[in-house]
Amino acid sequence: MENTQYKQEINITPELMTRINELIGHYPDDKRKSALLPVLHEVQDAHENWLSYPLMDKVAEILNIQPIEVYEVVSFYTMYNQKPIGKYMFEFCRTSCCAVRGAEDLMDYTCEKLGIKEGETTPDGMFTVVGVECLGACGYAPMMQVGDFYKEHLTKEKVDTIIAECREGKINLHDK
Amino acid sequence: MGRKILLDKINIPGIKTYEVYRQNGGYASVEKALKTLTPDEVTEEVKTSGLRGRGGAGFPVGLKWSFIDKKSGKPRHLVCNADESEPGTFKDRFLMEYIPHLLIEGMITSSYALGANLSYIYIRGEYMWVFKILERAIKEAYAAGWLGKNILGTDFSLDLHVHCGAGAYICGEETALIESLEGKRGNPRIKPPFPAVSGLWANPTVVNNVESIAAVPWIINNSGADYAAIGIGRSTGTKLISASGHIKNPGVYEIELGLSVEEFMNSDEYLGGMMNDRPLKALVPGGSSVPILPAHLIYKTANGDDRLMTYESLSDGGFATGSMLGSGGFIVYNDTTCIVRNTWNFSRFYHHESCGQCSPCREGTGWLEKVLHRIENGHGRMEDIDLLWDIQSKIEGNTICPLGDAAAWPVAAAIRHFRDEFEYHVRFPEKIKNRDHFVEEPFEKVRHLIAKQTV
Repeated sequence: MENTQYKQEINITPELMTRINELIGHYPDDKRKSALLPVLHEVQDAHENWLSYPLMDKVAEILNIQPIEVYEVVSFYTMYNQKPIGKYMFEFCRTSCCAVRGAEDLMDYTCEKLGIKEGETTPDGMFTVVGVECLGACGYAPMMQVGDFYKEHLTKEKVDTIIAECREGKINLHDK
Repeated sequence: MGRKILLDKINIPGIKTYEVYRQNGGYASVEKALKTLTPDEVTEEVKTSGLRGRGGAGFPVGLKWSFIDKKSGKPRHLVCNADESEPGTFKDRFLMEYIPHLLIEGMITSSYALGANLSYIYIRGEYMWVFKILERAIKEAYAAGWLGKNILGTDFSLDLHVHCGAGAYICGEETALIESLEGKRGNPRIKPPFPAVSGLWANPTVVNNVESIAAVPWIINNSGADYAAIGIGRSTGTKLISASGHIKNPGVYEIELGLSVEEFMNSDEYLGGMMNDRPLKALVPGGSSVPILPAHLIYKTANGDDRLMTYESLSDGGFATGSMLGSGGFIVYNDTTCIVRNTWNFSRFYHHESCGQCSPCREGTGWLEKVLHRIENGHGRMEDIDLLWDIQSKIEGNTICPLGDAAAWPVAAAIRHFRDEFEYHVRFPEKIKNRDHFVEEPFEKVRHLIAKQTV
C-alpha cells in the first residue's frame, strides 16, 4: 500500500463532474461501472497524474461501486499511477522496433541528462523517465509519450529541446 | 500503383473534418444500406467480399457477423477493437487519426447489418489524442444526423461512443476487451460462450478490428464481388501494412494482397529497401507474435516459390519455414540485430503483458524472459536453449487466450532458425557483453567460430 505515505488533495471540480457525467452517459443507466476506465483517466489528469486510495474511494462513490472494484482495476492497468510522479513523465518505448532504432541509447542519454535512473523522478518533481512496452509508433522510432501526446523521430537534440520546453512550461500535457 | 480503398482519400486537405469527408462521398454506404438493403443483405455482401479480420486472426468478417444471436431478443452490440498493441503494428492509429469518419461510417453500416443500436470503439489509452479526435468526429456525426434516433428517417437508431483503455496489451483479445469495457481487469473469458452469444453485458456482441470495419463502406458502395476481385484466392482486398525496423521508408502502406514481399521491401513506392543498404537478416511479417523468418525464407518459400503478401503465402511451410500475415506489423531487421536480444525483448513484453490468469503463461513468460536475459548477458548454459524450447512448448495451447501462444511462437522460431546465434552467446560470453555486440561485429563475421567448435 505504497501510496498511503503520500497525501493528495481531492478536488472534484464542477467542470470535472460535468465531464464525468458525460462519460457515464455513454453507458446504460444500470452499467455505470463501465465508465470506470475513462473516468479514472479524467480524475487522474485533474490530480497531478496519480491516484491515492481516498481518490479511488471517491471514484467508487461516484460510480456506485465498491472501492475494491476500483483498486483492482487501477493495479491492473499500467497507465494509472499509484504514487506521485514527475510533472512531465517521459515514457520511452523500448520494445523491439524502437530498440533497434536506438531507443535504449536515447533513454540512457535522457536519464543521464536529468541525473536520474530509469523509473526515478528528479528531486524537483519535474521529470520522471520510464521505459514502457510498445506504444504503437514503431515506424516513427525512437519515441516517447509525454502526457496525451507522442514525441516521435526523436534525437538527442530533440530530447534537449523538449526538456527545455518543459522547464519553460511550453509543453501541453493534455488535450481537454 | 496498387489500388487504394482505405487510404485513397487520405491526402485530401481537411478529410479529417465531417464537411470535407462528406463532400468526398463520405457516408454514402450508410445511405445505400439503410435505404436500399436489408441488414442480411449487407452481411451477405461482406460475406461475398471474402474480407478477413484484419486484427491478426484473419477470420472471415461476414461469417463472424452471421453468428450473432438475433433470436434471443437481447440488445446487440458492435465493438470496434482499436486497442492496437501488437508490437510492430500502428496501422489502425493511422486510419483513426487521419480519416476518423471512415471508421464511424463503417461502424454505422456494420451496426445496421448486426441490428446493434449501441456500439463502441475501444481504443488503447495511450492513443489519448486519437480518442479525442474520434470523440469530436462522433459529435460531428451526431450533429449531422448520422447517429442517434431514426437515422435518415428510417427506424434504425444507433448510439456510438468511444471508450479508452489504460495500458494493457491483453485487452486486444476480444473477451478481455469486453471485460475492460465493462470496467474490469482485462482477464480473458473462457469460450464458449462466444461473444456472438454472450458478450458485452452478456448481450450478443461482435468485436471487429478498425481496419476490418473501415473496409465495409467500400464493399457496400461497390460490391462484395468487386472487393473479392482484388487480391489472390482467399486473400481478398487490400491490407494496411505498418512497416518498421531497418528500412528506408518506415510507415503505413495500403497494398493489394498478393504483392510480392520482394517488391514491397525494395520498390520506392513502398519500403525503398534496407536502411544504409545493409544486408537483410530477418523479418517479422505480422506483428511480434508471428514466427521470425531468416533471410533465405523471406523472398522465397522453402519450395522456391515467390513469397507473397497473402495469408496463405506468408504461412506457406507452416511454422517450420513460414510465418503469418497476422496484423500486418512488418518488422525488418538488418545484420546488426542480435536475435537473442530481440527475442528477450519480445519475451519481456509478453511477461509484462500476461494477465496472470493461467499458470503456463503467467509463470512461463517469466521463465522465458529470465532465461533469455541470462543468455543475452553472458550467463547462459548450453542446456538453456533446450530449456527455452521446453518452456515455450508447454505454454502453447495450454492457456485460455492466445497470449500464451503469442509468447511461445517468437521464441520457438528464433531457436529454430537462429540456434547457432544462441550457442554463440553461450560459448563466447565475453564477446557479447556490450549490448550492441553485433553492431560492431555482425554475427555473419563471427559465425565461423561456432562452426569450428561444432563436433
